[in-house]
Amino acid sequence: MAELDIEAGKKVVIKGLILLGVVTLVEVFIALFGNGHVIDGFHLPKWLMYPMMIGLSLYKAYFIIFEFMHMKYEVKGLRASVLLPTILLIWAMLALLNEGSAWGNSNAKINKWNTAEPGKKATAPPTKEMK
Amino acid sequence: MANDTVLNQNGEQDVWSGAKEPFRASYGKLMMWYFLLSDAFTFAGFLVAYGALRFSVPTWPLPDFVFSTFPGGIHHAPLIFVTVMTFILIMSSVTMVRAVQEGHRENKKGVVFWMLMTIVGGLSFLGCQAWEWTNLIGKENMTIYQNPFGTHTQDGVYLDNEHGVPYAAGEKAETFKAHHTYLIEKVANHDTGKKDWVQRRMKLKDGTETVQQFGPQAFGALFFFITGFHGFHVFSGVVFLTIIMLNVASGLYAQRKNHYEMVEKIGLYWHFVDLVWVFVFLVFYLL
Repeated sequence: MAELDIEAGKKVVIKGLILLGVVTLVEVFIALFGNGHVIDGFHLPKWLMYPMMIGLSLYKAYFIIFEFMHMKYEVKGLRASVLLPTILLIWAMLALLNEGSAWGNSNAKINKWNTAEPGKKATAPPTKEMK
Repeated sequence: MANDTVLNQNGEQDVWSGAKEPFRASYGKLMMWYFLLSDAFTFAGFLVAYGALRFSVPTWPLPDFVFSTFPGGIHHAPLIFVTVMTFILIMSSVTMVRAVQEGHRENKKGVVFWMLMTIVGGLSFLGCQAWEWTNLIGKENMTIYQNPFGTHTQDGVYLDNEHGVPYAAGEKAETFKAHHTYLIEKVANHDTGKKDWVQRRMKLKDGTETVQQFGPQAFGALFFFITGFHGFHVFSGVVFLTIIMLNVASGLYAQRKNHYEMVEKIGLYWHFVDLVWVFVFLVFYLL
């Protein structure tokens, strides 16, 4: 990595501090605003809030890895060998979150059968109520 | 290193003869990156487990209700304390960047000063986490076995007041909405003095009468396990920062003349702790 002179170094630090701080504040604001803490009774839909908060968090992660951990100064091979394996996690997320909700649905189904009145057949298996 | 270079028959540098650093990074730094990659998988495994368990139950406590206390007896301050904790960790990451920069400039005093600031930040974060845990375990009675944060599945009305006693004549009944989270409290018994759960009776919109239900048990276990594992990383980071800071002060790394590479390596670890917190913060407190 090239030698940083003191002024350039301080600039990176101030930029990082402001950027991470502001992005965190925006995330918290979205959470509070969307859940009705800013304007009473006003809610944002989850499909709008969640992608925004996830996107901002990924941006913070990118900034920490590339600026603070100096990944942008490393050679391509190092970058690829550290970052590419994390793609596997996308699959882990898709598979296990899906597994979790399937588990919940079958639990709900069994509960319905177990609480059915004797002699009556439980009607169509209910699906888990999503919020 | 140029002097050690061995050329093969075609006059090219032979990569197998040693003295070449793969990816132009030192062994220590490269291995730190791969350790952090493996640690990222560990944390990702925990957070994905959190997601799977959360998706498998009908209700989940709302974070902006659960995490709404602030030191000094302040309630109804949703997510404010954890935002403060996040800022502390960001600050300590920034001071770590400064320490690494001073290392590149071979400025021993600067490295020690900024590492000390980083240690102070790490300890402050741990202090905040200790308060948060104490409050959750001691005041709100959440443990890895029980989760008193339940969530309403339907709109309805409480049949008892906050102390679990039926309303007096003329007292206005409290209503609640579906998806709102409540905390089942422990109240001391008048006669025995023994503390017991008070699950308020309630009448739901569909007419059923029931009592407040406990929330999913996994919530407490996941919270303490995952934030605890992160906190343990912060703690071991503080220990290593302290050792390396003392070594810097003793002049050990100045002798090595490698621009304080050890500081750079612990810096990578420390930034990783901040990186993990970005996701713990997202998953536990925001979503």
